Amino acid sequence: MKETFNFKNAGNAETLEINFGPQHPSTHGVFRMVVQLNGEKICGLKPVFGYLHRNHEQIAENLPYAAMMPYTDRLDYVNALANNFGYALAIEKLAGLEVPERAEYIRVMMAELARVVNHITVIGFMLNDLGAFFTPLLYAFRERERILDLFEEITGSRLMCNYLRPGGVKRDLTDAHLAAIRAIVTKFPAFLKEFEALLTKNEILCMRCQNIGILPVDAATNAGITGPVLRASGVNYDIRKVDAYSIYNRFDFKIPLGQKGDAYDRYYVRVLEIRESLKILEQALAKIPQGDIVNKKAFPLLKMPRNFKPPVGEAYARIESPKGELGYYLVSDGTPQPWRYHVRAPSLINLTLLEEMCLGQKIADAIIILGSIDIVLGETDR
Amino acid sequence: MTFSIEEVKKELAVRMPDIKLRTIRDSLLIENPENLPRVAVFLKENPAFLLDYLSSVTGADYLNYLESIYHFYSMAKKHGPLVLRVRVPKHSATVPTLVPIYRSAELQEREAYDTFGIVYEGHPDLRRLFMWEGFEGYPLRKDYAQEDSETLETADVSWLEARGVTVPAEMKQKAQELRDSGERALAQKPLKPRN
Amino acid sequence: MGFTKNKAGVDTPLRTELAKKGVVWTTLDFLYNWGRRSSIWPMQFGLACCAFEMIAAACARYDIARFGAELFRASPRQADLMIISGTVTKKMAPQVVRLYNQMPEPKYALTMGACAISGGPFIDGYNVLRGIDRYIPVDVHLPGCPPRPEALLHGLMELQKKIASQEIQKTAWYQKGLKREFPIPEFGPNGLIPKFNPEVWQPSKENPRREHYGQTILVGKKLKAPDLELAAAPQPAAPGAAA
Repeated sequence: MKETFNFKNAGNAETLEINFGPQHPSTHGVFRMVVQLNGEKICGLKPVFGYLHRNHEQIAENLPYAAMMPYTDRLDYVNALANNFGYALAIEKLAGLEVPERAEYIRVMMAELARVVNHITVIGFMLNDLGAFFTPLLYAFRERERILDLFEEITGSRLMCNYLRPGGVKRDLTDAHLAAIRAIVTKFPAFLKEFEALLTKNEILCMRCQNIGILPVDAATNAGITGPVLRASGVNYDIRKVDAYSIYNRFDFKIPLGQKGDAYDRYYVRVLEIRESLKILEQALAKIPQGDIVNKKAFPLLKMPRNFKPPVGEAYARIESPKGELGYYLVSDGTPQPWRYHVRAPSLINLTLLEEMCLGQKIADAIIILGSIDIVLGETDR
Repeated sequence: MTFSIEEVKKELAVRMPDIKLRTIRDSLLIENPENLPRVAVFLKENPAFLLDYLSSVTGADYLNYLESIYHFYSMAKKHGPLVLRVRVPKHSATVPTLVPIYRSAELQEREAYDTFGIVYEGHPDLRRLFMWEGFEGYPLRKDYAQEDSETLETADVSWLEARGVTVPAEMKQKAQELRDSGERALAQKPLKPRN
Repeated sequence: MGFTKNKAGVDTPLRTELAKKGVVWTTLDFLYNWGRRSSIWPMQFGLACCAFEMIAAACARYDIARFGAELFRASPRQADLMIISGTVTKKMAPQVVRLYNQMPEPKYALTMGACAISGGPFIDGYNVLRGIDRYIPVDVHLPGCPPRPEALLHGLMELQKKIASQEIQKTAWYQKGLKREFPIPEFGPNGLIPKFNPEVWQPSKENPRREHYGQTILVGKKLKAPDLELAAAPQPAAPGAAA
């Protein structure tokens, strides 16, 4: 079937349409874009989605609420725990469940560790796109493996943690786990320092990233762009602060903001966010109380039953995932399966302005811009 | 949330008395979908609300009608959400687009069009987002019939034979039988969802 | 997996004795296969979640380079092995088959993860292909969701065993009339056309899934829509209110 892309100046003899992906080493999975070029300059860009459309929403409508939790891991597979968090919040909102204090602390700690893992991976991949083939990624993955080991010990799985439960978490943290988290928190700044010494003032990185893919503030808010990409443009909007969901209002942390909104700012905002996450982890480690990890009143068997039936209603819960605002919209009809389940995926919506950001740039810069937006195809296409 | 749904309703009733609104739980139903852009512009520009950020656009199938649901927040005043919904009949599901007002609706409206068949009138580039052009049906509607992927149909058999692939006689016969009975090979579904 | 070992023709004690004198006695098959299996070039081709475990396997900790397979090539023309790492959707399947067709002989395919084998957890989806082996032959299946990097290394070693068991005289790609171009499926109105290639894969006679659950897919029909307006009365502030 012939595909049509409504390029503005289609048919111009000087332009050339080329196809990137879905199998391309720098499109982070199976993302595809059709780029219209004039020489080396981009004059049109159309993303094509759906190569990893796994029917997340259809499957959810036929599964019990509890059975959907492992699927949320597979949305954004770099930080599974943040996805669990959003889904658990949505069910808690729908059913009016409360979460014990200790579970809240564990959740926040796991979500922040996931944020660290995500940001460090993204920076590694973005530099990979720059042409620093694999070296920064190797450093990044070395640290990532340390945290994944911890995840494996706590949750039972490296990547697909499936750890949070509506009304609590799956397993308690022992003192050894807390000590391991503390060890990561104390050792990580040294690694970050090393990483930054390699990168932040690196001339090549600066030349390739500064003033590339500038995202103006007005356009960003209007296009619903969230997360580090929005904050790099200088908009102070972090759902951890705005909604103060879970117990984020108890922690003292700052929101790093960029000035220009170029690819370099997006890189640096992520580095700073890792530092803030470590700060939150430190505070959480100091304050974590003893107690239950699951809401025992709602679930006496310490887990959500398979035929759990929330009351008829709807709920929209959103969290600050490392990619942006991750929202879950649930409609319950009083049966064990949701009537409607929708994921508001930050990776998808952050791509709305990809064309505008790339216009007038060189083709090699489009790769960096895409890398700096940070998409994961599991979430983009769902 | 620094405003209540009643405040919005009252304010809208004063400014735009011709728009019929109904409160459903914590959301506002706009009875006539044509009025949606006017309400959105009002909410975006009114200094009391300043809902400059359209977080989520999605559809839902309620068997008798389709719904398009919008979640608004304010980045400037850091409040929200305000949930708007419009209902359209299944046979003529057209809702005016919000893309000129909120760019963030662009991909999400395409997604709702892809999965529910809600046509957003005035959308600059309304194509299927996930599925390919030429895909039939709207897969998240409750009455969508999914194909059975284990049974070949005559279209498959003729396609394969045109490319020199030998199809076992058994499969060919089954495909012919299906064609004669005028049915498609559909996935079997239980009548009730599991409990 | 039972692979027959290549016979060198000379018994082992004599061969070791000769090796001490600096005479290496081997078969061409062994030498050829040793070269091939020790430098497998996989295709740099990540589909979904499993791709991350593939990258982790390529990084320093698991270090797939120990097995000679670290050179991930982005072009199918330079690759020997296609690691199908993740869910193959119906929209992606034609591309996967085309890439496989573009790889030069001898070529191998390794499915990584439950999704690529059978659809895995996403098997009920309308856009999910129930296993890439419907269109192309697969040499190693690697279960797991996702398989750990160690599992990928194990799968690679299994593939090496398979390569070591092949004989030049009998291998398919040196024979006449080799049919290794697989027809690329096309997009149809309800899914792919054809649904599978019967020369490569055929549905099994007994369907355990159907026997267990009583139907092919677990999608249940819901006949009554929830009425949010009606149910609002008993529970006024349950959803939405708390931010």
